[in-house]
Amino acid sequence: MTAPSTLPVSTSILPLEFYRVSFEAGGKRLIKDLSCIFAAGPSTIILGPNGAGKSLLLRLCHGLLKPSAGQIIWHGAKGRDPSAHQAMVFQRPVMLRRSVAANVDYALALRGVPRRRRRDMVAESLTETGLARLAHHPARVLSFGEQQRLALARAWALMPQVLFLDEPTANLDPAATHTVERVITAIHAAGTQVIMTTHDLGQARRLADEILFLHRGRLLEKGPADAFFAGPRNDLARAFLRGELLWRRPRDDDSDQETRNG
Amino acid sequence: MTDFGSALGAALSLVIRLDPDLAEIVLLSLKVSVGAVFLATLIGMPLGAAVALFRFPGRTAIVVMLNALMGLPPVVVGLIVYLILSRAGPLGVLGLLFTPAAMIIAQVVLVMPIIAALTRQVIEDLWTEYEEQLRSLGAGPGRALTALLWDGRFTLMTAVLAGFGRASAEVGAVMIVGGNIDHVTRVMTTAIALEVSKGDLALALGLGIILIVLSTGINGAAFVLKEAAQRRHAG
Ligand SMILES: Nc1ncnc2c1ncn2[C@@H]1O[C@H](COP(=O)(O)OP(=O)(O)OP(=O)(O)O)[C@@H](O)[C@H]1O
Ligand SMILES: [Mg+2]
Repeated sequence: MTAPSTLPVSTSILPLEFYRVSFEAGGKRLIKDLSCIFAAGPSTIILGPNGAGKSLLLRLCHGLLKPSAGQIIWHGAKGRDPSAHQAMVFQRPVMLRRSVAANVDYALALRGVPRRRRRDMVAESLTETGLARLAHHPARVLSFGEQQRLALARAWALMPQVLFLDEPTANLDPAATHTVERVITAIHAAGTQVIMTTHDLGQARRLADEILFLHRGRLLEKGPADAFFAGPRNDLARAFLRGELLWRRPRDDDSDQETRNG
Repeated sequence: MTDFGSALGAALSLVIRLDPDLAEIVLLSLKVSVGAVFLATLIGMPLGAAVALFRFPGRTAIVVMLNALMGLPPVVVGLIVYLILSRAGPLGVLGLLFTPAAMIIAQVVLVMPIIAALTRQVIEDLWTEYEEQLRSLGAGPGRALTALLWDGRFTLMTAVLAGFGRASAEVGAVMIVGGNIDHVTRVMTTAIALEVSKGDLALALGLGIILIVLSTGINGAAFVLKEAAQRRHAG
């Protein structure tokens, strides 16, 4: 899934740089001294066991959380508000108490899209995600999987430069998973930078150009997807791909990870 | 028991005949309570929502004041409003004492804190759920507030009705600031108190029946509406 960006590079808010970013909450360091660059182009998938900090990392990227130390810089923003060019699909979808179509319409209205243009955009995004026939249903009575697709439709309608997806197919049946993957591929092909998490390794192989492997708040590996799946350099990442339970490893395991693999 | 029976009969006939005195009292009661609840909603809802969402100077003072007002007995509220509106009081020049306007003011003071407190609860709960999503979509504070008020509309309706319940059931405050003057400030609750003390059970009972029917009717309708809405929107 490599797609040339249709946006001229100069208008993109990317690249996004994390410089020695840490995040603390409840007296614990949950993201530890993380540095990396998300460049325009490759679709990026963040892998890692439960509690690794994947959702936190996406929230930090999206600006919903502020780092306790370090810096998060949108190098292409050039004075613009980077948040106006991003969208996020959360692990737990949140739907407003209105119809399916009105949920998408509301998001467009917030971005200042004029009313007469909104109707077509709403219809298109619902059709693409297979929700057109539910357009006038109240959003909150949809099944969990349908709500997740609606969250995707809502984010997509915004045509963001960068789209964050937190386990977008975690509750979907195979057909819906296929639909969502097709939509994500289309979004990426249209020039939107996709940064997502998943526990579905098959999906990661299908969608990722680049893999980030996260474990206990540390970035242990970052590189092209082919190389990662062919054999990660990091032994924890290797164990993760083999399906071993990383959380059973003793706690002191993560203290010296970076020296061992850096 | 025969006393009660004949009083009940007379009361029912008053209600069925739509006795003009009785109708006047009922209408005035509704005007006062509905007016008071309307104003209290206008003030209390934005106030409760603002306290739920924003940290601003004076916020703590508002919270303390709302809580204090909520705990005050109605007669005390009546007394305070009386003092403010009386000829020697700060708003004495307006000449509002012993008018329906004075009763509305007293009831606003009684009802507004309830509506504000319930609104705050509803909006805080919704905000917990919506915050990240709304921030992600780029909703500023104003837009977020409108979205929350709209999405909380059915629960907020219950807050308004709770306010209406307190307003229409209240005697002490309206008695003090209204004076229970016949054809001017006599409402259902004050009339009941007076008629019972005079021994005229028929009118008191008639009014009592109407009061009960009104409040169960409104609450029943609200309940049905809310249930239907919640089923429609899954909470
Ligand atoms: N506000 C918070 N306060 C304290 N701890 C938190 C907070 N938010 C997250 N955590 C902890 O941070 C760790 C990482 O959380 P995160 O949600 O990012 O995990 P994840 O990698 O997305 O896991 P999953 O695969 O289960 O979604 C978890 O151990 C979680 O308990
Ligand atoms: Mg997560």
